[in-house]
Amino acid sequence: MNDTLSKEILTDDQIEQDLLKNINWGNKFKLWLAFLAVSLIICLYFYYQQIEHGLGVTGLHDYVSWGIYISNFVFFVATSLIGMLISSVLGLMNVSWVKPLARIAELVAVAFAMVAGLIIITDMGRPDRLLNVFMHGRVQSPIVWDIAVVVTYVAISILLLYIPLLPDIALCRDKLKNVPKWQQKMYKILALGWKGKAKQFKLMNNYTRILLILIIPIALSIHTVTSWLFAMTLRSGWDSPIFGPYFVSGAFVAGCAAVIITMYFFQKNYKLDKYITIDHFDRMGRLLVLVALVYVYFNINEIIVPAYKTNTADAKHVQEMLSGHESIMFWMVQLGGLIIPFLLILFRPMRRPLPLMLISIVILTGAWFKRVLIVVPTQLAPYYPIQNVPEKWTHYMPTVPEIAITTGSFILVLIIMSVLAKLFPVIPIWEIKEEINHNKN
Amino acid sequence: MRYAMAIDTKKCVGCSDCVVACQTENDVPIGYCRDWVVEVMDGTYPQLELEIRSERCNHCENSPCVRCCPTGASHYNEGGIVLVEKNKCIGCSACITSCPYDARFVHPEGYVDKCTFCLHRVKKGMQPSCVAVCPTKCMYFGDLDDPRSDVSMVLKKRKWKTLIPEAGTKPHLYFLI
Repeated sequence: MNDTLSKEILTDDQIEQDLLKNINWGNKFKLWLAFLAVSLIICLYFYYQQIEHGLGVTGLHDYVSWGIYISNFVFFVATSLIGMLISSVLGLMNVSWVKPLARIAELVAVAFAMVAGLIIITDMGRPDRLLNVFMHGRVQSPIVWDIAVVVTYVAISILLLYIPLLPDIALCRDKLKNVPKWQQKMYKILALGWKGKAKQFKLMNNYTRILLILIIPIALSIHTVTSWLFAMTLRSGWDSPIFGPYFVSGAFVAGCAAVIITMYFFQKNYKLDKYITIDHFDRMGRLLVLVALVYVYFNINEIIVPAYKTNTADAKHVQEMLSGHESIMFWMVQLGGLIIPFLLILFRPMRRPLPLMLISIVILTGAWFKRVLIVVPTQLAPYYPIQNVPEKWTHYMPTVPEIAITTGSFILVLIIMSVLAKLFPVIPIWEIKEEINHNKN
Repeated sequence: MRYAMAIDTKKCVGCSDCVVACQTENDVPIGYCRDWVVEVMDGTYPQLELEIRSERCNHCENSPCVRCCPTGASHYNEGGIVLVEKNKCIGCSACITSCPYDARFVHPEGYVDKCTFCLHRVKKGMQPSCVAVCPTKCMYFGDLDDPRSDVSMVLKKRKWKTLIPEAGTKPHLYFLI
């Protein structure tokens, strides 16, 4: 049974009160939102510059045509995969402690996946021709596969967030009387006439189940196809058949870290100590250890196999990583961003909320730079280098607009998550009630 | 019809006239080039061998760039010439990363650009500008299906190689060695 929820007996009314009271736009929240909005506008100004002057404002050049935009895209797709692991895989296995976290994981998935789709547009030389992909799309192209799965994943993730939310939206509609009119109207429309009948619950559970099963292959393919964008070229460092699982396992590490950070801030700001307990952090920490182990395993494969063949281009690429130009970043990412945090979380005190959250921030930062390490260095050493290239082609440094636009993508994620969490309860109220009543009997 | 080019590495002096001619003919933006010269030194002093190659898009018969293009902007034109239709190109750079020869680049206007074998000249019965301008006449251009074309004749007479044959792209750029 669910032993992670708070030990004290909670009544239905108390649960509703606890979880609904966060749905009000207080001054503190408005200030936070205004801060995010202003930051986003500053970042958008740089995007306007990029549209005006083209990709010339970025540090991209002949050799490196995929820079931090694409690595950021990979990172976002990766982070969004956690929705699948927590709500689908663990949810379908009836792991009860994930129930209060499922919606948070789905929130992370939706926000990151939606913004990932936008990031890929910022990398396009001609974003005005985006529709060409749909008008003249060719099935042979991995880019088309990627767009297809990203769009499908976003759609299903939104449904997976929305459908289990129905009883809670109905609750908001019935209980929240002091919210603005537009919000009441929104609840009324979104609740789809939910009355809490047994038949409605049955339908909802059926739909959710189908979606939960459906999203597993789609989530796996979204990140596998993203890895294929690289693996299907003839470039040392990318040309690797294990890129799919390598990316997927890395995705779970980044995603777990993102969920832990989100959990922490929701717990603190919304005072959800009774619903997101120390035990939840402990278990998320263990989950993080598990996925990090799998990721370490793939990392070892990715490095040792090519490094063993001493004279190939792949081996040179690995040497460049281990002791060449990229070595500082490489070791920072591998040791500082993966191995050391992973070893720390093995100890129970490190799985308490605050230390775990801080470690997760380190892991998430490491995961971001890991994507840069995957995307950029390979392009600096082309398969068949041309000679006497300009000095600036041999290294890549993102420019201010590039960094600003990338920052903008993070701000957009924060805006989406903050707003959604202020409109809907972040903890599934009806499921908690069900769980507690079940325990009582 | 299969257009191809043969470049005599023994005759080439590496003057880069072909690069300049191409930039002028095709209005290639400053700082970019559709063809370039590579010099490879082999051996130890005093037994040195220098191979000079004028390289460009290989107009492969089995092009990874055409395969991975999401919109069909990269396509095979008449005579097997690989072209980018600039109005269709979205600038996603997938072709750039997939090309083993690094023959493509993003034009400052956002689309991907590359060698066209000077199709506009070839259609008029002229030679590509790099071939026409070469001071040592080290380049041969023509139709592989025509046994009497310059390129077919020279490939019959001389030893040749292609670049990165292991990529399986069936390149149409031959280097006489």
